[in-house]
This record gives sequence, C-alpha cells and structure tokens, in this order.
Amino acid sequence: MNHGPARPELRGLVAEFENEEAIVEATQKTVDAGYHHIETYTPYPLDELLDIQHLHKNKVALVILIGGLTGCAVGFFMQWFASVIHYPINVGGRPLNSWPAFIPVMFECTVLFASFAALIGMMVMNKLPRPNHPLFDIERFRHATQDRFFLCIEAEDPYFEKDATRQFLEELNPHEVNEVEA
Amino acid sequence: MSQQEQAVDIEKVDKYTGDGFVAPEYDNTTVTQKISNIVLRADTPWGWYLAVAVLLPIVGMLGISITWLVLIGTGIWGLNVPVGWGFAIINFVWWIGIGHAGTLISAILHLMRQDWRNSINRFAEAMTIFAVMCAGMFPLLHVGRPWLAYWLLPLPNTMSLWPQWRSPLVWDVFAVSTYFTVSLIFWYMGMIPDLGTLRDRAKHPVVARIYGIFAMGWRGASSHWARYEKAYLILAGLSTPLVLSVHSIVSLDFAVSLIPGWHTTVFPPYFVAGAIYAGFAMVLTLTIPVRHWFGLQGLITTRHLENMGKVTLATGFIVVYGYAMEAFISWYSASPYEGFMMWNRMTGQYAPVYWALIFCNAVSIQILWWKRARRSPLVLFIVSLIVGVGMWLERFVIVVTSLANDYMPSSWDYYAGTIWDWSLYIGTIGFFLFMMCLFIRFLPMIPMSEMKMIIPKHRNKKDA
Repeated sequence: MNHGPARPELRGLVAEFENEEAIVEATQKTVDAGYHHIETYTPYPLDELLDIQHLHKNKVALVILIGGLTGCAVGFFMQWFASVIHYPINVGGRPLNSWPAFIPVMFECTVLFASFAALIGMMVMNKLPRPNHPLFDIERFRHATQDRFFLCIEAEDPYFEKDATRQFLEELNPHEVNEVEA
Repeated sequence: MSQQEQAVDIEKVDKYTGDGFVAPEYDNTTVTQKISNIVLRADTPWGWYLAVAVLLPIVGMLGISITWLVLIGTGIWGLNVPVGWGFAIINFVWWIGIGHAGTLISAILHLMRQDWRNSINRFAEAMTIFAVMCAGMFPLLHVGRPWLAYWLLPLPNTMSLWPQWRSPLVWDVFAVSTYFTVSLIFWYMGMIPDLGTLRDRAKHPVVARIYGIFAMGWRGASSHWARYEKAYLILAGLSTPLVLSVHSIVSLDFAVSLIPGWHTTVFPPYFVAGAIYAGFAMVLTLTIPVRHWFGLQGLITTRHLENMGKVTLATGFIVVYGYAMEAFISWYSASPYEGFMMWNRMTGQYAPVYWALIFCNAVSIQILWWKRARRSPLVLFIVSLIVGVGMWLERFVIVVTSLANDYMPSSWDYYAGTIWDWSLYIGTIGFFLFMMCLFIRFLPMIPMSEMKMIIPKHRNKKDA
C-alpha cells in the first residue's frame, strides 16, 4: 500500500457482506437508490446478482461462434488447398475435392478454434490478465475468492458522494466498508 | 466459530456416510479451508513422498524403454507379420478411453445439470490430461522413427507432400491433438477461480505470486462470472461432441480396414461406450483411495460413489450389447471369415483372454445391481480394478485375435508382448500416477467455487 502525503484519489467504496442473502438484498437496494456504476465480487456466480446488474447479455457466444466458423473454414481450405491446388493426386479415380472425407478434420479444427476463442475471448472481454488491482490492497478483499461477498460503488457514478455513499452503504448492514484507492 | 470448534467439525465430516452430495457440516468457509489446505499445508505428508519414491523408478523405466526403442527400433517389441499392431495400439486405445470419462463427467454431466459432478470433475479432468499424454506416446513411438513424427502434421516440406486427408490415421492426429488441447483449456479455465483462492490464502509470498500468475488477476466480479459461466458452458457443449468424435475416429482406424472383426459399423458407438466405461472405472480406482487418504468423505460422498457405480453398470451393459452384436453379426453376415474370427476368439489360441474379458467386463459388474455393493468403497474399488483390466483385455482381443488369424492360415502366427512391451506399458501407468501425485499436491483437486454453488441449494432442500 502506498500512502502518499496527499489524500489518494478515491476509486470507490466497497462493502463486505457475510452471505448470499445479504449481498443480493444490498445490491438490489443500491440499484434502487439509482447507482449504476457498481460491481459485486463473489466466490461463486450468483444468478440473482446477474439479474439485478443486467449481466446476462454478453458477446462471449458470438466470439466463440466466429472462432468456430473460422476453424471450420481453415480446416476445409487447408485440405482443399493441399489436395486440389498444391499436390493433386489421383487416388482410385476419386474426386480431388472429396469434401466428405474432409469433415472429421474440419470438425476438429472447428472445436479447436472455438475453444481458444472461448478462453481468450472471455479473458480479453474481462480485461484479464490483470495481476494487480486496487481492490487487492484491501486486506479483507482476500475473502472475495473464499467466503465473503463484496459490493463496490465506483466513484465515477454520478450519484457518488464520498460521505453520503458511505453513509448509504453503512445502512445496508455490511460487515465493514472500505475505501478503494485509485 | 472458534478455530477449535471448526477442527472438531472437520473431523466429524471426514467420517460422513450420509446420503447428501455434501456433508451438511460444510459451509463456504470450511469447504475452502478443507480443499485449499491440502495444497497449501507446509508439511507434505510422508505418504506422498512414499508414493513418489515408488513411482519415480517406474517413470525411469519408461525413460529407459523409450530410449532403447529409439536406439534399436520397434523390433524390440513382439511385433511381426501378421501382427503389426500390438501393445502400442492396445495401450493407445486403452489410455484414450480412460481419458474420455474425464470429459464425460465435466462436460456431459455439466450440460445435463448433474450438480453432483462438481466434486469429482477437476480430478477426472486431470485424469483425462495425463491419460491422453500416455496415449499420445504410443502412436508417436510406433511410427518407428519418432524423430520424424512431425511428418504427421501438414507442414510444407521439400518433398511437397501432404498428409493423406482421406485416412482415419490422419484424422486421429487432429482428433487427439485437439482433444488434448481442448481438455487442457477446459481444465485450466475451470481452475482459474480456484487459483485465485489459493493466491489469496497462500501464506508464503512466493507461493502467492506463483498462483497469482496463473489466476491472471481473477477477483470474482459478477460481470466476469457472467462471461466465464457462458464460456464454460459453451466449452462443455463443444467438448461433448468432441469426445464422441475422438473415440469414433479411433475406432475408424480399425473399421475402415478389411480385417475380419474390425470391419464393422458397430465400432464407433461400441468404442465410445467402452471408453466411458473404462474411464469411470479409473475415476473410481483413483478417487476411492484419495478420498480415504485425504478425508474427503464429506465432499465425495457415498452417494457419489453410488452414482458412479450406476454409470459403470449402465455403460457396462452398452459394452456387453456391443459384444453380443459382434457375435451375432459375425454369424448373421454369413461371411466365413467373420464367422471364423468369432469362433476363433472363443475357442482359439487366445480363448482364455476372451473369456477373461467376458468375466471382467460382463460378469463382475453384476454385483453393482445391489445397493449395498454400490455403497461399499471396497467393492467398488475391486470392481473398478477388474473393469480396468477387462477393458485392456478387450482391446487386446480386438487387435491381436483379428490380426493373428486373418484370411490365410499359412500366414497365421502367435503374438505376445516382450519385456519391452510390458516395461513401456507399466512405465506409462507409473507416469500417469506420478502426474496425479503432483496434481494432488500442487493444485486444488476439488473445485472450490463449484462446491460452494451446491452448498446453499443442498441446505435449502429440506429432506431431499
């Protein structure tokens, strides 16, 4: 932690909750109060939070589809180029572009490319890898991957005012409220 | 709850024999502690050192077997005309099949929303990866000149030659390499949240740093979880047809040829069922001792074992159906070569192997009809070992009996593995178990985040 002489700029306020019900209720109240720039941190995905934060729509499936179609095309053209253009060879009078025999390799390439698209696409859209993050400076935040649930209201939210927002979070009955430094 | 109370709780949980998928004593905190402490404890249990000390010489034997093979050639194996495919192919198919249960448990059961898989999927996926490593060795060594194995890949070369795209052997190269890569991606992606947990719980800064690198800064944001869950679900959807394609293509290596006993349309589904059967048996073989040694009875419960026993019984019957169809079609086809092949299997020079296979794969599993047997770790363990052996014998029967006595009696021969065949095979078993030891010590063997997903549900159900 780097405590400079000047008060560090605030990135947001993060409140810790003990269980699922508490975080869901608190997040609902926060959204109802008009805050939009919020994020929740949980040790496992909570469907209720995805509902409240409207997170169900994302572009992961599209990226994977594009990856898969690319793989399929690459698989076909690799075989087509080798058998028709680059080294045409007559095997028992069969057509050079014997596409039914190309299907297994095309299928494998589809799955391979789509899987890479899934991993890389998910990572890039989540802006990972990011080994360090201001949240990691909060000692209690270690529990976000273990057994506690965190709600962060970010400073960029138009309704955000340090003292008023802190007051608001305190009223949600959290375990504790911490400041996230920028 | 004080530290002492928790310790008492965990002691009780270790002897859990109830009907749930998670012992009711577990909550988010204790599940995290229980699983991550196996990895993060500073003192390695002596039993682990013992296991490694036993396994390392076997891995060394694998190294010697490979070295000798590269120096001398495939002549050190028992292969000769007419049996040109021997242990290498048997072991390849056996290992690949074992790997398939990992994908079945993690992908297919995930798609079917079978939450009970959450405590065994990581373990099974690790098994997949190490099994595919073992499997991959055999075809590479069997090519005779392993240093030229890269010719299997479509690389531009001075001879302007490309692989034969219409051959199942080339499909195999793509299928197995894709399968390994996708399994690795699936395994790693499933582990990212848990690696974050280990990073946050590690006491030693270097350890935390290492897990931190692999966790890639995971912090459990809901927006991240949303994309993660979607990507994971689609990966499961991709892995499911992949696993079917891989073993179907492996079976086409046989079915596309004209050897009696190989040239049958039943092969792809029959091989896939056999793969899942052998793989589930291997999951049982590995989880039963591990859950005992590490006190995981509260996470991998008796109910899990019972379910796995049921799957073993069901897939076993699909395999038995395959055997029955093989015999029926060899008679119904009215082809003298097919008919002889089957008769020769049952009464010929390899008859004891065939009947041993029938005992292992068809008779031994009948005990699993009884609930008490399915709930007994000892019975399941013994049955799973028998099935593992039986599936190896099945591949031996398919590969060897068909080749040793095919069309021309003048070219018939008797085949048996040499000492180098056995040392290479046993070497891969040692390598596989050695890798499992490393996995258990350094990575979380039960997915913590997924276990926590099923705890509240388990609680809410009153007496389900």
